[in-house]
Amino acid sequence: MTHIRHALHILMCALREIFDESAYARFLERTRLVSSSDAYAAFCKDRESTKSRQTKCC
Amino acid sequence: MRKPLSILGWVVVSVLGAIAISVIALRRGEPINALWLVAAATCCYALGYRFYSAYIASKILALDPNRATPAERLENGRDFLVTNKWVVFGHHFAAIAGPGPLVGPVLAAQFGYLPGTLWVLAGAVFAGCVQDFVILLFSVRRDGKSLTEMAKEETGVLGGFVAYAAVVAILIILLAVVALVVVNALKDSPWGTFTIAMTIPIALLMGLYLRRIRPGKVLEVSALGFVLVLLAIWGGQWVSQSAAMAGVFTFSAATLAVLVIVYAFAASAMPVWLLLAPRDYLSTFVKLGTISLLAVGIVVLHPTLHMPALTRFVDGSGPVFAGKIFPFAFITIACGAISGFHSLISSGTTPKLIARETESRMVGYGAMVAESAVAVMAIIAACVLQPGIYFAVNSPAGIVGATASAATTTISNWGFTVTAADMQALAQAVGEKTLFNRTGGAPAFALGTAHIFSQSLGGSFMAMWYHFAVMFEALFILTVLDAGTRVARFMIQDALGHIYKPLGRTSWYPSILATSALIVATWGFFLWQGLKDPLGGINSLWPLFGIANQLLATVALCVATTILIRMHRARYALVTLAPLTWLVAVTFTASWQKIFDPSPRIGFLAQARVLSTAPPTNATAHLIFNNRLDAVVTAALVSMVALVLIESARQWLKILSGRTNVQTKEAPFVMTRLAEERL
Repeated sequence: MTHIRHALHILMCALREIFDESAYARFLERTRLVSSSDAYAAFCKDRESTKSRQTKCC
Repeated sequence: MRKPLSILGWVVVSVLGAIAISVIALRRGEPINALWLVAAATCCYALGYRFYSAYIASKILALDPNRATPAERLENGRDFLVTNKWVVFGHHFAAIAGPGPLVGPVLAAQFGYLPGTLWVLAGAVFAGCVQDFVILLFSVRRDGKSLTEMAKEETGVLGGFVAYAAVVAILIILLAVVALVVVNALKDSPWGTFTIAMTIPIALLMGLYLRRIRPGKVLEVSALGFVLVLLAIWGGQWVSQSAAMAGVFTFSAATLAVLVIVYAFAASAMPVWLLLAPRDYLSTFVKLGTISLLAVGIVVLHPTLHMPALTRFVDGSGPVFAGKIFPFAFITIACGAISGFHSLISSGTTPKLIARETESRMVGYGAMVAESAVAVMAIIAACVLQPGIYFAVNSPAGIVGATASAATTTISNWGFTVTAADMQALAQAVGEKTLFNRTGGAPAFALGTAHIFSQSLGGSFMAMWYHFAVMFEALFILTVLDAGTRVARFMIQDALGHIYKPLGRTSWYPSILATSALIVATWGFFLWQGLKDPLGGINSLWPLFGIANQLLATVALCVATTILIRMHRARYALVTLAPLTWLVAVTFTASWQKIFDPSPRIGFLAQARVLSTAPPTNATAHLIFNNRLDAVVTAALVSMVALVLIESARQWLKILSGRTNVQTKEAPFVMTRLAEERL
């Protein structure tokens, strides 16, 4: 049961990383902001240069 | 006690793998079950990962768990970040998995299931996984440097320039060819077009939801977007049955091409958060879910493969694309076996996340194993179709004839029985008017996938599953289109910035519009050329893309071999030199044949010569120009890579003969401070 719970935890962590939720959490922590529309807009701007330069593989 | 048990376990895996490969290679005249492919793949990957990658990791690369990685040394909470290995694995796999491993194997199935399967397995274990693994590790040891930076440092300025040029060329050709695939999948299909059209407002809605309603809740909004897409698929059926609505969403290939070009231009110029990012999230959500479902579906249904092991088209006369198994099967299937594009991801985001050097084996080698497994699933999806149906769907009208009766007669004469009534019934079952001449691989993959999903659930909802699969591929492809156009735009802006500084500013709108238009016009030109090609477009564009992609892999393997020699590992250099030699043989032969082969279906120049004997019209003049341009592009690519090869070989000889100092460009060793529990 512990193994399954651990595997699910890792899966959720991977999904949160892939879907940038973790990046947003780190951004909030780094900038000491509270999640809000403005904070997310700032995060999008901060991430834009990285996100839009990431190649998508064929 | 554990060691003998482990040895016994690996002996069992080896024997099972040998039996499975023998069955798929030697069985003739009767269909085999797809589980043999699954068993062969599982055993090959397990053995390759357990033994070959371990050998490379310990003997050649000497991975050091005590050496601090850039994620630790340069941690900044943004690009450089110590991350759990499974999370990095998922991230890396999501980045390397694109439409390539789905489309390439479907096209190569015209040779039968055997050539594609053997190449996918051997290519992945000995070439693709090795390339991804070593490039990832070398990037980790160089502070996460990109392939072009490493090429410049290790093989000289020329190497860096060729890598850059190859990336731009691949992006342009890739965007054209995937756009052609999506246009062919959606032409005259109101259901498919409606579903895909709906993903644009859905993505915009997701962007606004993320920004205004629930900031940062990406997983939640992706799940919501997925539900909306499912509703769009359901609504598509209604659209296709309504005379008025069907008319609105029925487009010719030419109109769809224009719409796709306009969409890509808009997506490239719009803010990322509004369209590109939400589409990317939605596409990733659907991609990971569908691939997992397909894997489960194949195991549950364990379908029979109706395609023979080898078809008569091994002689090079194939209707899907012309050319013999060697070299064309090996450039048609790229991503499932080896893809140069992966080296960009392996030297992009991933090396900046790796916590320990030892984890690069699992991430680099392991994720490519997973990608290769996706290609095996695509082979299965294509080969569960009756061969007659597969060829009717994938053959252009210029080869089999424009009418249903002409096409079925031609295909039946090849020995693959199919009737117009069969095709009509199938088209009706999936809610399409016709399935003839749906070239590009996507519709055939969608049919195979729909068959597997539908049969796994008792044979119902075939039309829904077909359109789900079309939506999955088209969504995937449009995400590649908008992200690729934007990435190419940045690369061009970076280059133009050296000539006129403001052009390099990625936030300056005149530059954004000009470079977006330039990129879109360039790949749009190749897309248009593909549409007007009487041989179906895929025949010329997919090999061109395959050549460009494998040439980039050649550059990556040149860089890797040079680094190995610099590391005093010359006696082990065969691990990269062997796949490099193979790729040089494949790509140079393919390039030569695509340019100079006397058959007009293969050689660009031969096709131009044949066209020049026809009555001169504007259309023929364009076709002649296009073929000559394709020949020039191929020659330019192969010449540049030849220069890198020569330059690399010169470096190797100089190092091995002691005429130059061996200087490693690795970052200095720093002891890790990471405690076990942090990982």
